[in-house]
Amino acid sequence: MSFINYASREINCKIVYYGPGLCGKTTNLQFIYQKTAPDAKGKMISLATETERTLFFDFLPLSLGEIRGFKTRFHLYTVPGQVFYDASRKLILKGVDGVVFVADSQEERIDANIESLENLRINLKEQGYDLDKLPYIIQYNKRDLPGTMTIEELRRELNQTNVPEFEACATTGEGVFETLKAVAKMILIDLKKGK
Amino acid sequence: MSNPQLVMYDEEFQEINEVIGRLLKEANAKVIFLVDKNGQLISGVGETERFDTTSLASLTAGNIAATGGLAKLIGEKEFSILFHEGEKDNLHISIVGGRVILVVLFDSRSSLGLVRLRVKKSSEELSTIFEKLMKKSEEREKRGSSEFPFAEITDDDIDNLFS
Repeated sequence: MSFINYASREINCKIVYYGPGLCGKTTNLQFIYQKTAPDAKGKMISLATETERTLFFDFLPLSLGEIRGFKTRFHLYTVPGQVFYDASRKLILKGVDGVVFVADSQEERIDANIESLENLRINLKEQGYDLDKLPYIIQYNKRDLPGTMTIEELRRELNQTNVPEFEACATTGEGVFETLKAVAKMILIDLKKGK
Repeated sequence: MSNPQLVMYDEEFQEINEVIGRLLKEANAKVIFLVDKNGQLISGVGETERFDTTSLASLTAGNIAATGGLAKLIGEKEFSILFHEGEKDNLHISIVGGRVILVVLFDSRSSLGLVRLRVKKSSEELSTIFEKLMKKSEEREKRGSSEFPFAEITDDDIDNLFS
């Protein structure tokens, strides 16, 4: 849940990037980190293995500016995508305000996408959240690769609830900021409603 | 929701800072942080400018979450105290009132025994303040009090953030 500090006039929100292994969650954060002005970002932390696979989480704090005199900060986290890190994924979802599901558009990864999405629902439920009530969007990543499924096919498999969706190529940054903005906006609108 | 939203008001913020300020002196510590279990920094006293406090908060919460997971695996509710010993500096991490993490950084000018002793006393005071705080925000929520700064924001305000 977001943390509102009247004393220091700050609002902090937590966004989690979820998805199957090697779908590009860390790459999303790395691109955001590279393209953000130094005064608007903190240090990016990656708890990764020697082969640069996420072991626990990546963390990137961003400050977006002020709304009505309140500094608005977003803490971006990724989860480890590999199936056997499920215990760690559950921990990172604690206190989440918004979720980005990063899907791998390659045809051979569709089963991994579906499995990860089901896993997201189950893990959220365990923490007392309902994915359908959270600010939540889908990013179809790796659109630049050959052999990707069409958006219609991906939508049919992964977006039956019709949430906002974005096409992306995280290595070049296409769609990365659009995704972030969309989920941040949904979180702020939720806050506005006083949820 | 499993964890209600944490809201901090001026009054309690000052009370909290008084308690951890006193703890800093009594325990002869270098820095003290209070972190929400979700990884948000609540407050810090001492030589805070020497540290990347945001990262520290996030990693502390990750650490507590991971050890909490370990605790459950062996049938414990949680490990309420963690201690990390370094060559010069040490970290004493404890859970206060079930939802807030108290981090004390100290060196050879203090000792683990002293820190433990002082932390215990301060934890009780902090628990009381946080309980009061939770009640306060619950009551305000029930009353539907709309001092919440976001109630009146417009779509334009939100769009301006991204321009």
